[in-house]
Amino acid sequence: MTAENAAGAANVLVVLSGGPGGAGESLTKAQLELLAAGRLLGTVSAASTAPVSEGARAQLAENGVAAVYTPEGADLSAYLVGPTAAWLADVVSAVGADGGGHAAFGVIVLDNSSEGKEAAGRLGVRLGAGVVTDVVGLETDGTAHKSVLAGSYQVRARATSPVAILTLKPNSVEAAPADAPGLATITPVAVPEASLARAARVVARTDKPASGRPELTEANIVVSGGRGTDGDFGPVEELADVLGAAVGASRAAADAGWVSHDLQVGQTGKTVSPQLYVAAGISGAIQHRAGMQTSKVIVAVNSDPDSPIFEIADFGVVGDVFKVLPQAAAEITRRRG
Amino acid sequence: MGDTLKIVVLVKHVPDAQFDRHLGAQGPLDRSESILSELDEYALEAALQLTDARGGDKGGNEVVALTMGGPDAANALKKALQIGASSGVHVSDEALAGSDASATSLALAAAIRSLGDVDIVLTGMASTDGETSLVPAQLAERLDLPQLTFASSLEISGSTARIQRDGDGVAETVEAGLPALISVTDQANEPRYPNFKGILAAKKKKIATLSLVDLGLEAGQVGAAGSLTAVESAQPRPARGAGTIITDEGDAGVKLVDFLAAQKLI
Repeated sequence: MTAENAAGAANVLVVLSGGPGGAGESLTKAQLELLAAGRLLGTVSAASTAPVSEGARAQLAENGVAAVYTPEGADLSAYLVGPTAAWLADVVSAVGADGGGHAAFGVIVLDNSSEGKEAAGRLGVRLGAGVVTDVVGLETDGTAHKSVLAGSYQVRARATSPVAILTLKPNSVEAAPADAPGLATITPVAVPEASLARAARVVARTDKPASGRPELTEANIVVSGGRGTDGDFGPVEELADVLGAAVGASRAAADAGWVSHDLQVGQTGKTVSPQLYVAAGISGAIQHRAGMQTSKVIVAVNSDPDSPIFEIADFGVVGDVFKVLPQAAAEITRRRG
Repeated sequence: MGDTLKIVVLVKHVPDAQFDRHLGAQGPLDRSESILSELDEYALEAALQLTDARGGDKGGNEVVALTMGGPDAANALKKALQIGASSGVHVSDEALAGSDASATSLALAAAIRSLGDVDIVLTGMASTDGETSLVPAQLAERLDLPQLTFASSLEISGSTARIQRDGDGVAETVEAGLPALISVTDQANEPRYPNFKGILAAKKKKIATLSLVDLGLEAGQVGAAGSLTAVESAQPRPARGAGTIITDEGDAGVKLVDFLAAQKLI
């Protein structure tokens, strides 16, 4: 497939990792965004790495999905990435070879999680396809926008290969219903056995207690705490909960053991780009700013007026986290009556 | 013990993230003020801990630091040798300039194959410049290796690698047979510093330089010509204007909510 027919007419494969499957689960917000992004580029089919429930299939149809490919013969969640990439390559070649008038996929869209990027990378080698990661915006011809060097540069990049692989960050494209429903016909594709022999197997898995809050990288609002909380995340969590926000943390707070490392925002943690980022008791070291400075609106509360976080804050409060955050939380509750 | 290890550690010479970093209009990164990538130090430390436990170099183990890049990239190798790597390999060729992840992994895979049997390829969790996270995965695919990524701890017993990884909402134990590609996070260990003895010892260690011819690759397979992605434009992000800064006089929480309301965020 060439660049010409990638323009608005490509067949797009959207990869939905980890489901939707199981007990009547529905699509996540990030998955709906991936499907909306796919529709910008052409006709969307989906490859779900887990079985698809009937409810989720109906939802995929509503989102304009033409066909849904599901794995058969092995549970991909029992392995890290290698078999997933091999299976996706087989999905692409099975569709390309069906001779039924279907063109092969010109664009493959995955999520930008570490697993999504790893699958994209390995699939790229298998298909001889260029991979653009960390995509935050798309043009209809497949040109991708991304921000690099910790958000300090905006880059337009594209795959120059016949097939393009893109990994899309959450909150980059608005989820929206499709103009026309798709058939969402389910087609099982066997997981290639050879890929299982040389794969990393998950031998134990322990779920951590769910916080009930939105997932950090997907959240519209993030409230993060740092050293200035002195280990008491109470005010941070209180404000997060009235805002319906995810809780994040600086590396100092995570290293101190105050919160789990998977809440860490920054160069060695998560990159977030929410509508609103509240940094509470965070000085704003460059490694932290690398993970959050593309947020639309930044609010900082810190008792030290010289904190570098104030250089990038749209609204900064020089003050005590333990006074300002609870007052703000109470005020929001009051205004909502 | 009889179970010696040959480990290749990927090291990268990257611009120091403490300073402003710059891109040219078409993408290539300004590599002045560069250092050994901080995240690669965890990979090197992990390799040294595994080999130290088996008697180090004297016990027949080997830690090879591998980098790709221009002449300055050798500095990352020198630092790795001072910290304790046994030897260095520098993939360097003018034709490699402008390589994307695909072309980079092609060249690195060829370099690793040229080293004979390797038990483990160890990497950091990401480079601190490109940040695409693609190279380890693509290297694993090209070398047909299982990849055990984002290890917060790892152990090797016999010919099996086992790691712990701490993901979103889930902690996992993952196993694979060697050879394997493993990446470690900054939780895996505390990297050691080079000491005086290490700095002296490093002067006697060898750095091999490999050109494209040595790797058996053609110029068209790497660099911009061999890349599968292209940067069309690169622009500095407009600096964030300084916003409103207030000092709390007892009502800052309310003023903060006024601001959020004005921004239609609540």
